[in-house]
Amino acid sequence: MLKPLGDSALLIELGEEINLALNQRVHTLDALFQNDAIPGILETVPAYSTLLIHYDPLTLTFDQVTHWVRDKMTQLDESFHRSPRRLEVPVRYGGASGPDLETVAVSKNISPADVIRIHSGREYTVYMMGFTPGFPYMGMLDERLIMPRLETPRTYVKAGSVAIADSQTGIYPLDSPGGWHLIGWTPLKLFDPTRDIPFLFSPGDLVKFIPVEDDHA
Amino acid sequence: MLEVLDVSGLATFQDSGRRGWQSYGVPVSGPMDWFAHRAANSLLGNSTDAVVIEIGLGEIALRALRDTTLAVTGAGFEVENYVWKFPLWTTFYVRAGWHVQVKKTSGGNWAYLAIAGGFETPSILGSKSTYLRGGIGSALRGGDILEAGKPASELSKLAARDFPVGKYMKYSQLPVIEVIPGPQENRFTNEGLKIFYENKYILSRSFDRMGYRLEGKPIPHSGSMDLISEGMTMGSVQVPANGQPIVMMADSPTTGGYPKIANVTHADLPVLAQCEAGVSKIRFKETTVEEAQKKLAGLR
Repeated sequence: MLKPLGDSALLIELGEEINLALNQRVHTLDALFQNDAIPGILETVPAYSTLLIHYDPLTLTFDQVTHWVRDKMTQLDESFHRSPRRLEVPVRYGGASGPDLETVAVSKNISPADVIRIHSGREYTVYMMGFTPGFPYMGMLDERLIMPRLETPRTYVKAGSVAIADSQTGIYPLDSPGGWHLIGWTPLKLFDPTRDIPFLFSPGDLVKFIPVEDDHA
Repeated sequence: MLEVLDVSGLATFQDSGRRGWQSYGVPVSGPMDWFAHRAANSLLGNSTDAVVIEIGLGEIALRALRDTTLAVTGAGFEVENYVWKFPLWTTFYVRAGWHVQVKKTSGGNWAYLAIAGGFETPSILGSKSTYLRGGIGSALRGGDILEAGKPASELSKLAARDFPVGKYMKYSQLPVIEVIPGPQENRFTNEGLKIFYENKYILSRSFDRMGYRLEGKPIPHSGSMDLISEGMTMGSVQVPANGQPIVMMADSPTTGGYPKIANVTHADLPVLAQCEAGVSKIRFKETTVEEAQKKLAGLR
């Protein structure tokens, strides 16, 4: 489904749910667009099940953008392959690094060690980025760890905090408020505007968490 | 070169915005009122995306450390330069040592102070726009020394220019703001859509560069109020559970999870941006992408 979002963006809806196959279609389509953009296309924003195309309203009409998008979408079903990057993220779980680890364990009726084992036991996809610069929304979380967000968000969450909420896991790139459960911390810098590539993650990346002891993190 | 003497409210550097990083969660930023930003630069012969000081929610006082020429545009402010008062939308020559004050009056929220040659400030992620929440750039403070680039021509030739009256943006505190419906019109009842287009909304006092909360008759949803997060843009009108619309502005998050009833057109964003909290009565009117683009082209 293609819909206008105002006079300078076009929303492509591929579905209406959070699911891995659907999200991978979004990233594959995004890669197709990135590889062959036309003048006037400003940027694209992949999300869970949608892709937003921002365009210059003085260069392109909605019909022109629609035409370009439809043409690209026909190529999606052919043999276009995207090869995602893989990243490993060291995490110090629990204690002051993950103040909610115990709470999560207690409410899920498992041990903190189980939470760590389950959380670090699978590879996640960066479904989308948003909230603050560099924040990766990753999924899907194992069903045994699914918890609703905090009723009252914290006013301060330390940069590097590894957190879970609903079927998602994420990492806070900046000191900020936050409503997710904090289970660990990584020393990796997710956002540094002075680096050549300022962001650690990109939408579509594959991520694995590696538990480490204090002195390694 | 200018020295900032005092700032009340928020004064930030803004160019035309930061493009290309929204997929990483970085907002576009840039001016709240693109028309006034662009006009301030064009009055001085600067490139239209040169860096300008955006002043909002307060005032700024500056001292010239060298002779220069300035322009101030926007709405809701006046300018004092040494002993003269100037209207907005003009350029004026400033001698070294003179003081310039941009003072709040009424009828708008944002002023744009441009300098011949544009302000020189470091580029971060390809733009010189300040984005405070993301730690990109910082608000101007007393004691800051502001450098300018090379003017387009002699300073005296750039002075005493007026913006053509016929080309003014039609700022109003009783505006009819054009919007393009959707993309989630189906998340509202027919009654809800009618309410949105037939009632007047007032800007809440808790507004900022990120978004304008509006207050008025609540707009009922037809079903679920949450959406799976998806991309949005400046001008997107989100309606959360309380039925009160929020228009996303320059520092809009790149994605959001509330249904969007409509999107304000580029052409009308400056008018909305300059609506006064608690004062303006805002009405929304449907238009099409085609009409909106035509109107925008007429303004540029």
